[in-house]
Amino acid sequence: MTSPLLTVNNLRTSFRSDRGTVRAVDGVSFTLNRGEILGLVGESGSGKSMTAMSIMRLIPEPPGSVEADELRFDGIDLLALSERQMLDVRAARIAMIFQDPMRSLNPVLSVGRQLTETLRRHLALDGAAARRRAIELLEMVGIPMAKSRLGAYPHEFSGGMRQRVMIAIALSCNPSLLIADEATTALDVTVQAQIVDLIKTLVKDIGASVIWISHDLGLVANLCDRVNVMYAGRIVESGPIRDVFYRPSHGYTLGLMSCTPRIDLVGERLRPIEGLPPDLSRPMTLCPFLPRCAHSVDRCRTERPALIEEQPAHWASCFADLTGSWRQTT
Amino acid sequence: MTSPLLQVENLCVSFPGTGGARVRAVDGVSFTIERGKTLGLVGESGCGKSTTGYSLLQLIKPTSGRVIVDGIDIASLSRREMRPYRRRLQIIFQDAAASLDPRMSVGDLIGEALDIHGLARGTARLPRIRKLLDLVGIPARLLQRFPHELSGGQAQRVAICRALAVEPMLIVCDEPVSALDVSIQAQIINLMQDLQKELGLAYLFISHDLSVVRHISDRIAVMYLGRIVETADKHEIFGSAAHPYTKALLSAVPVPDPDMERTRERIVLRGDLPSPANPPSGCRFRTRCPVPIDDCAQIDPPWKTLSETHHAACIRIQGIPETSLFEGVRY
Repeated sequence: MTSPLLTVNNLRTSFRSDRGTVRAVDGVSFTLNRGEILGLVGESGSGKSMTAMSIMRLIPEPPGSVEADELRFDGIDLLALSERQMLDVRAARIAMIFQDPMRSLNPVLSVGRQLTETLRRHLALDGAAARRRAIELLEMVGIPMAKSRLGAYPHEFSGGMRQRVMIAIALSCNPSLLIADEATTALDVTVQAQIVDLIKTLVKDIGASVIWISHDLGLVANLCDRVNVMYAGRIVESGPIRDVFYRPSHGYTLGLMSCTPRIDLVGERLRPIEGLPPDLSRPMTLCPFLPRCAHSVDRCRTERPALIEEQPAHWASCFADLTGSWRQTT
Repeated sequence: MTSPLLQVENLCVSFPGTGGARVRAVDGVSFTIERGKTLGLVGESGCGKSTTGYSLLQLIKPTSGRVIVDGIDIASLSRREMRPYRRRLQIIFQDAAASLDPRMSVGDLIGEALDIHGLARGTARLPRIRKLLDLVGIPARLLQRFPHELSGGQAQRVAICRALAVEPMLIVCDEPVSALDVSIQAQIINLMQDLQKELGLAYLFISHDLSVVRHISDRIAVMYLGRIVETADKHEIFGSAAHPYTKALLSAVPVPDPDMERTRERIVLRGDLPSPANPPSGCRFRTRCPVPIDDCAQIDPPWKTLSETHHAACIRIQGIPETSLFEGVRY
């Protein structure tokens, strides 16, 4: 068996603040296999983006601090790299797409310049070759009249087209890992469908692995092979996509599924998760979801559950027996 | 038959665009809203759904068309004459925190609405504020808090409370839960449904999220580039959508069910929304339509009646489609 592309072991990302240390990521461990699409779901503040930013070494230290027992990408210890060495990894080996392409593209540079910049920096192409490749890339992501669009600026593109430009830049150096952080959240559903199809096809073509960060369970169901559910800086459930969606094994996952309105279902009242997520600057000795959980048992009030393998490859940190509390399909 | 609460007839809103062209953001929209019911207005960004909401409240003056409340066309009223109707028609926004004055406490925000309309004066004022806050699930201890001290969900509750304070008949809800996490979103949706039942409120619920709209609406109107293209009762839209745009929109919404997601048929539209300053001739959807014919460029599609409650504007529609997009899925 080949080694995983990415190994994250006990990742801890925290920030110093006036109110004490905020543990944004609090002991996250997972692996990502080659060619695999892994979903990362959870609410705002659950640590999804912070996990991604930590892997990319994009957390400013100080005020942040990133520690891990192991953070290994394709044999490279990412934590041991200098910022200079990390520059060779970013974009070339690990690429990232963000939610808002307007904020991640430079408004005063043409998209052609932004594409060729990456190509010249990482692939050492000369100007003419980089230009040819940039046109190819824009065509690949479905931008019409690519050649004449090279000189255009980000504001001249629609939201969907801008996100296509971002994808072109991200995939320009054939990265082995693509991290997409709410990449389609700002887009309309019809455009989102185009972009998701595009990403699916392209990553297959270049054989990249993907970490797909989203709060949209439907998108994750569509796209991912496995999913990690995060809450309060921790992974609370992890497993193959069908196992997690058809047999949710953590109170939070179940809560998330029950409160999501679905277009394919009629009428029953939504079951919201009451209360608010916890303050991450307070130390937590019990399950962080306990105050909001509708399925807690006595044991939840005395000790904190560990993440254990409840079914083969299906992990959860929950004492409650949730069998039968979710509709079973197929 | 009683008359509807609100009747919008041929509403048009246009803005000056570049080079003298008018941007027709809303171009001949008509619908009615019944007392105590919810009309969901859906469509992609830029289709004119928010402009429709604002212009029926006269926050943007319509270029033409009528907005009839209690037999009066409020589009023809002056600002002063409009005032009593403001009490009847309220609005809440997507970014609730931004819609609340940051320098006013929760109590003052609600109190201001009461003062403006001369409701609950003197000793009756504070108890009334408390009662209103209780209605939306805001604990009384938050009375002295300021908007920045509230969570997103709490801010939206305060915004709803402020709208309710003047006892409206209709609330225009412009993407009221889009900025919230799903767990909080469900709290607000349930609250809005409870309030509707309790107070007999009507909602115009504007959203791009079809899953949420399906959940909360009685009737649904689908907008594309300034026009309504299909309108029907909820079960008709989701059971037998007729317009190719509605079908595409429904098929593009992801469903949190891996097997279904991977097997269901998806209609992926080409391209982006055309500019409302220069809409395509004939049917506006034809440039992205999966099933256009030559006539679509010539004919502005008239309304086709599919049932007493179901209408669609497309010349390609033969009859009511028999298959549902979600057929074969049982729960």
